[in-house]
Amino acid sequence: MSATQEKPQRPGERAVTATEQALVEQVRAALASQTPLKIQGGNTKAFMGRPIEGQLLDTREHRGLVSYDPTELVVTVRTGTPLVELLAALDEQGQTLPCEPPVFDGQATVGGMLGSGLAGPRRPWVGSIRDFVLGTKVITGQGRLLRFGGEVMKNVAGYDLSRLMAGSFGLLGVVTEVSMKVLPKPVASAHLDLQIPAEKALQKLAEWGQQPLPITGACYSDNSLKLRLEGGEGSVSSAADRMGGERLDASFWTQLNERQLPFFADERPLWRLSLPTNTPLVDLPGTSLLDWGGCQRWLKSDAPAEEIQKLATSLGGHASCQTPGVTATPLQPLPPLLARYHQQLKAQLDPKGIFNSGRTYPGL
Amino acid sequence: MNLLYDEQLDGELPAVDREALIDDLKQALPELEVLHKREDLQPYECDGLSAYRTLPMLVVLPETLEQVQTLMKICNQRKVPVVARGAGTGLSGGALPLEKGVLLVMARFNRILEVNPEGRFARVQPGVRNLAISEAAAPHKLYYAPDPSSQIACSIGGNVAENAGGVHCLKYGLTVHNVMKVEIITVEGERMTLGADSLDAPGFDLLALFMGSEGMLGIVVEVTVKLLPAPQVAKVLMASFDDVGKAGQAVGDIISAGIIPGGLEMMDNLAIRAAEDFIHAGYPVDAEAILLCELDGVEADVHAECDRVKAVLEKSGATEISLAKDDEERKRFWAGRKNAFPAVGRISPDYYCMDGTIPRRELPGVLQGIADLSKEYGLRVANVFHAGDGNMHPLILFDANQEGELERAEALGGKILELCVAVGGSITGEHGVGREKINQMCSQFNDDELETFHAVKAAFDPDRLLNPGKNIPTLHRCAEFGAMHIHNGELPFPELERF
Ligand SMILES: Cc1cc2nc3c(=O)[nH]c(=O)nc-3n(C[C@H](O)[C@H](O)[C@H](O)COP(=O)(O)OP(=O)(O)OC[C@H]3O[C@@H](n4cnc5c(N)ncnc54)[C@H](O)[C@@H]3O)c2cc1C
Repeated sequence: MSATQEKPQRPGERAVTATEQALVEQVRAALASQTPLKIQGGNTKAFMGRPIEGQLLDTREHRGLVSYDPTELVVTVRTGTPLVELLAALDEQGQTLPCEPPVFDGQATVGGMLGSGLAGPRRPWVGSIRDFVLGTKVITGQGRLLRFGGEVMKNVAGYDLSRLMAGSFGLLGVVTEVSMKVLPKPVASAHLDLQIPAEKALQKLAEWGQQPLPITGACYSDNSLKLRLEGGEGSVSSAADRMGGERLDASFWTQLNERQLPFFADERPLWRLSLPTNTPLVDLPGTSLLDWGGCQRWLKSDAPAEEIQKLATSLGGHASCQTPGVTATPLQPLPPLLARYHQQLKAQLDPKGIFNSGRTYPGL
Repeated sequence: MNLLYDEQLDGELPAVDREALIDDLKQALPELEVLHKREDLQPYECDGLSAYRTLPMLVVLPETLEQVQTLMKICNQRKVPVVARGAGTGLSGGALPLEKGVLLVMARFNRILEVNPEGRFARVQPGVRNLAISEAAAPHKLYYAPDPSSQIACSIGGNVAENAGGVHCLKYGLTVHNVMKVEIITVEGERMTLGADSLDAPGFDLLALFMGSEGMLGIVVEVTVKLLPAPQVAKVLMASFDDVGKAGQAVGDIISAGIIPGGLEMMDNLAIRAAEDFIHAGYPVDAEAILLCELDGVEADVHAECDRVKAVLEKSGATEISLAKDDEERKRFWAGRKNAFPAVGRISPDYYCMDGTIPRRELPGVLQGIADLSKEYGLRVANVFHAGDGNMHPLILFDANQEGELERAEALGGKILELCVAVGGSITGEHGVGREKINQMCSQFNDDELETFHAVKAAFDPDRLLNPGKNIPTLHRCAEFGAMHIHNGELPFPELERF
């Protein structure tokens, strides 16, 4: 098909680029021949979910910023763009993506960030990847290139398909463009290291969480609580005075986010437990590190998958294995009814089942 | 085009044996309050968009989850459409009943089930009023951030269904950013949890999909919301301008300076005068526009930011800047803004509230466009809006008793929405599509996009029993709407029936 735009262009609609058209055509060909696709950017998130077979659909040719107006606090970017490139452009304007997605050796792409929904240490205080999504352009299971959401802060017209794409691991379509909300970088920051026992750290975090403090990072590792404070000069310095402790090097947060801390080098499988705020300290079967103020607990463990997932459930959360090949269901299985609605949604949006099928759960 | 459900345009609805349904309900749910007499049904014939009314076939007022489940099972078996209703403050006809449908009123689910200060969340039933959550959290110095102006009345279930916003959303987010988990009853009467007590849940983000879905994918029966620590201090600056364009420009200037205010609202002269007359907020009645800029947080930061914002406003040409001297005055400044709709209601027999969003940079141009349209259609328009996030609420003043004025108001409203779409915005920022903007959906989305929406609906409600006809127009309706547009060139169409 040669027509780049089959529908008349609407106001503000941009022309389809050649790289986007190439993606559309690959999807159409795959649909015609019922060939499953494996959608991939920098392939830095292979450790999440399940490995799949399929014809490679590489997004990385389709890159670059589409529009960026700092006063609007909105950026629209092609999904094959390396995250580092996007972050550098924002940085030039004193802005950032507060949800802090890891860049993984500079290889991570915007599409991978969106598909995995993987956010960094700031997540509990500023929001997730999906919280910053405003709009998407998506190649659907009919091979059509459609627009959902937009480049405005508020938009409730139709169902919110854009935010649905975040964390969907590409199962519902190929996202070619995403518009995101960005924010000014904080004026001031401080990084603290408090040598206190873990119980005490959680107790402190529960207390501080109820106060208007500028905390944007809280990690417990190696017998100390690492804190990041970000905000105005006044609030950061007064909070830092109050909390005490030693100074911590700011690079700690990057090492944590990029998984470069010695903790991650342990040979045992890596598990992620996502738990409710204020979950007490529990004995986990292995070595652990607490991030997100205790809501995200990393575990290096040889314990069986069922045991770890059961434990997470009993604590009101869920667990996923981030070391490939350890279990057939690295993502915690869904309750049957919820699983059925997942199937139904997938069947509606990807009736031929060509988009990353099996990436999250067998048969989905 | 008539906005009431039209089976020819909106799809055929199943025929329902009303008496048999009443019998079924009486048998299965003897305790359930079912209203079926005309005079009992009348109070429910519309929501906040009162120009459109339909008498529901039945109204049910359940009090327990089991009742909702059984009701849904019966309706699903008998293929009876169900329209959910919270407090009925919606402005887009989202809770507009169907003649052939049951109106499911969730207002009696009004209990706050848990306020957990350490976990910083509250678990509430869907009929709980928005403000009641913050009131319950206040003893812990916590609050629920989204604050629609209707917060004393609207329900959290309705907020979820509309993804409601408020004056503090630029900084603190919309409903979607502040809800962690919802319990829903599916069209088949089964209970399902979306989201989690943890910060994420495995699988698709169905929680996000449900936000703003207007009661078309499931019935919300419980909501867990995030609570935030109340800011230490909040200060409000009021800046006056002799020109609306300048005020619009100032909004962008504040954000360019790297400041995200807690609230950033704008009102034009007509709105200022109406609000001042009603609330005596201390607004400058001769200003062409005012900006209310709230800065909140820790004392030291707020002081510094106030100074910076003042400097920006001066540079942007504000003719006067005043800082609310105490909390009393701050509340008064906000009361004027929050009561702007009813205030405008006092200066005109009727008003029609629009809800378009635009990229902020387009503000001056769109305001001019609205002024031009206002002249063209001969109807006054008061502008009140969430300037910080580009969400406009032009209020079109009219008198329904004057022949043709309602039609003109609607046509003018449609033009304003098209203007918003034309500059890259949306037809609705927070009030939802409902029935009101069902035709304008055809200008914002193409057929393929609408079909994708219908596919999502089909995944949750294949028989179209949940609030059919709202939010997503049929392709047939869009074809008719498009033909009308092209054929006549321009609205209004006095020859067409509208009510
Ligand atoms: C004066 C005034 C000011 C307003 N200001 C704002 C504002 O600042 N910001 C804003 O966002 N809105 C505002 N609104 C609009 C309105 O208050 C919101 O849309 C609100 O969220 C509606 O809540 P409700 O309980 O009244 O819902 P209803 O009007 O009863 O219903 C709204 C929609 O939600 C669905 N619904 C309700 N309950 C459920 C449930 N339990 N499960 C599934 N679906 C359900 C209905 O089917 C319908 O589609 C204002 C309205 C008025 C009258």
